[in-house]
Amino acid sequence: MGINFRDETFRDDFTFSNSPEHIRRFPFPFHEDSYMYAVNIEPHVPGPKGSVLENLIDVDEHYVSEMRDRALVLAEDPLRCQSLPHMTLAGWDLLELLMTEQAKGYPEHFSLTRDGDNWHWINRPLGLDQKFVFGDLTTLPYGPMEYITRQSQGDFCILDQRDGNLWMDAGIVTTQADWSLDFDIGMNFFEWHAPVPLAHEKGIFTRALKFLSNIQQGKPARRLNWTMTINPRLDTSPENYHKWGPDRTTVTPENVGQKVHLRVELQSFWRLPRSNAMVFPIRCYLIKMDELVTSKKWARRLHRVIRDLPEELATYKGLTLYRPTLVEWLARYDDGAETSPGFGPD
Amino acid sequence: MAVKSIISRPVYGTLSPQPGSDHLLIADAEGAAAILDLAKSTPDGFFAGAEIVFIPRGTGDKYTAALKALKPARWYEGPSIAAALPRLKQRLATAHMGLRLYLAGTEGLIGQAMQAALEVGIDHSSIQTEQRGSLARRMQCVHCKGITEDVTTQPARCSHCGLMLLVRDHYSRRIAAFQGVCINAEDPSQVPPMEEMFK
Amino acid sequence: MSAGTTKLDVTVADVVPVNELVTRFHFRQADGGKLPTFSGGAHVVVEMRDGDRTRLNPYSLMSSPLDTAEYTISVRRDDLGRGGSLFMHRQVRPGDRMVVSYPVNLFSLDLRARKHLMIAGGIGITPFVAQTAQLAATSGNFELHYAARNAALATYGDVLTERYGRRIHLYHDDRGEKIELARLLNAQPLGTHLYICGPAPMIDWVRKTAGEAGWPPETVHFEHFSAPQPGAPFDVELAVSGKTIHVGEQQSLLEAIEAAGVDPPYLCRGGVCGQCETNVISSDGKFLHNDHWLTEEEHRSGKKIMPCVSRFEGRSLVLER
Repeated sequence: MGINFRDETFRDDFTFSNSPEHIRRFPFPFHEDSYMYAVNIEPHVPGPKGSVLENLIDVDEHYVSEMRDRALVLAEDPLRCQSLPHMTLAGWDLLELLMTEQAKGYPEHFSLTRDGDNWHWINRPLGLDQKFVFGDLTTLPYGPMEYITRQSQGDFCILDQRDGNLWMDAGIVTTQADWSLDFDIGMNFFEWHAPVPLAHEKGIFTRALKFLSNIQQGKPARRLNWTMTINPRLDTSPENYHKWGPDRTTVTPENVGQKVHLRVELQSFWRLPRSNAMVFPIRCYLIKMDELVTSKKWARRLHRVIRDLPEELATYKGLTLYRPTLVEWLARYDDGAETSPGFGPD
Repeated sequence: MAVKSIISRPVYGTLSPQPGSDHLLIADAEGAAAILDLAKSTPDGFFAGAEIVFIPRGTGDKYTAALKALKPARWYEGPSIAAALPRLKQRLATAHMGLRLYLAGTEGLIGQAMQAALEVGIDHSSIQTEQRGSLARRMQCVHCKGITEDVTTQPARCSHCGLMLLVRDHYSRRIAAFQGVCINAEDPSQVPPMEEMFK
Repeated sequence: MSAGTTKLDVTVADVVPVNELVTRFHFRQADGGKLPTFSGGAHVVVEMRDGDRTRLNPYSLMSSPLDTAEYTISVRRDDLGRGGSLFMHRQVRPGDRMVVSYPVNLFSLDLRARKHLMIAGGIGITPFVAQTAQLAATSGNFELHYAARNAALATYGDVLTERYGRRIHLYHDDRGEKIELARLLNAQPLGTHLYICGPAPMIDWVRKTAGEAGWPPETVHFEHFSAPQPGAPFDVELAVSGKTIHVGEQQSLLEAIEAAGVDPPYLCRGGVCGQCETNVISSDGKFLHNDHWLTEEEHRSGKKIMPCVSRFEGRSLVLER
């Protein structure tokens, strides 16, 4: 069987779109008609077949195109992928994790065979066939973290655990919502979250840190985060803000359906065995408004969430300029009926 | 006094004497006064095992005599932070565990000295810091990565690529600078007036 | 059962007496295959089913993280304890099936360190056997100072010296050899991290000396091996689950709670990680706090207890479990 990989762009002509199956499997993040921060963490266990949670590391129809976009971002700005010297061991841990999960979930696309430290990895969609020695840097074309994350969807932050805190000491960040790895690398959990409004006063980060620090091998956890993007641009980095920032002024009542995208991040949290570090994969899913409103429930709910979102949150998520236009457009799809509880499209 | 705003904005304390017998005190301008205040509560023999590195900047010789009167084991007076750094790095590269650092003065001095310390494996939480004098900032432009020194206005122009930047309170110890992000990306023709903010 | 870790079914592959106090145990995956890899300093919690009594003890993994065909632990016999080590020494045989937790590391290396300085006393050597193996594989910079009563009880001293030569320094009490601690600490380059594992008085002495020498607390790492001690039996009411339990002389409070089918979270079983922290609803008696987690104030307040190692004497105790 296998996945039908799409050929699409996340810049310039923006040809990205979702197939009907991928619209239905979209991880809609709102289970009720309003939104406020919560430590909404749950065990990361396999979910329903066909959903984004079926495999703990999800590969979808956008895989090949996303990896192509990542390679372009890294060519323009290598500082998007950095690993402080003491994090190399954690990089090998991550390589093992992603290779085993991708090979397990998608055997028609990825294979991994191991003979002691002699490993053989095949990535058919990207046309890669690599033999290497696990632990030996000279046998791979890049460091282990960079090597494998160039073949895995989503951003990855690797955190060193010490002094009762988590420190972002390595990562690859090319699909993030507006923060700079180069600036934040070396910061601890509270420091890199400093710009997030409201959450600190509510003690959310203190509780989250305590929980995350105690995650053990074999028991990953996950949560959803969300924002909105104009055009299906993956690389909405501060580095390029002066290039994509103006997109926010180009929303008109006519183009909302095509331009405005809901962007959901599926974050997971894993303990890495050899380094005792943690990895946070941040997997990005995009859906344009025209695609989203094909679910009546999601259309109603999104209208209410965006309409009633507190000002500070709207500002922090960058919605201010086009919120009125978006709310007016979504209102057309809100007949005032009740929405069912839960995330599903109905 | 530096005002606490967001959590990544460093919070400086008051210098207090640490255990051990190898103390390295580095100050610029009014930071000297912090060392003199510290000296009021140090145990006997503290300065006999101490080195003072002082960069007077605009304060001339106002503090020099008083600092020398503490009779530190080693004394260095230099014209700028940049000039003092090679010596500092050499000192740190050959130092032993037990060396304690005390940094006082502008954020620029504190940040750059701390950067040198982090590079040799000193944990930042063991370093004593006290902010005195000018609040002018070092700013890194998130777009071109260039660092602009002595920023006093909000917004401020990047001295490398020319973009007009919002000087955020988000601070990186590793880079020893505040983050600057383009303030008029959505409409480059709008240039907000620069106001003196960080003095 | 723990809320936090997964379990492994293992077979005892070998039981090897090492000296008069210490016996080594080798475990293999019950269904073949490699055991999960881990980071040096990790421990596993071993479930000891002794008739109708189940004890759980943490033991540091000694084996190399690079070779996980087996897990190896060493158990020091404690004749005055509640019987866990005696069970291991006297009742466990090769071929037995047992259950251990996934590895958990509360004593990990700080990989930023330019040098790792290790100080071990007695059976505290065990986590360092794994950590030195891990560091040696990547040319890490380490030095180990190991104090024991005599050569026979310097468990694995000979093995380590053979593997690592001059990086290992042995001190035997019976020859009057002592670690020149202040001199050793003052000689270390900046960026050294210090790791201590052994009897509590030794840990306290090293920490105090390091502090006085100007070492910042973030550079000093230590692990206590504290097993719950036996004590007078007492009764406890578990308010949330509506049960009354009896804590036997040879049983920890946590084990008694677990025997009643209630499963508080845990990771270390030794009073340091904070996971099993339990609120006290009411009490009439005296707390016997043996943990290193709660503050002095919390100990005095009578509002919290660490059931893995602490006990109680008195008329009544009601816990929020």
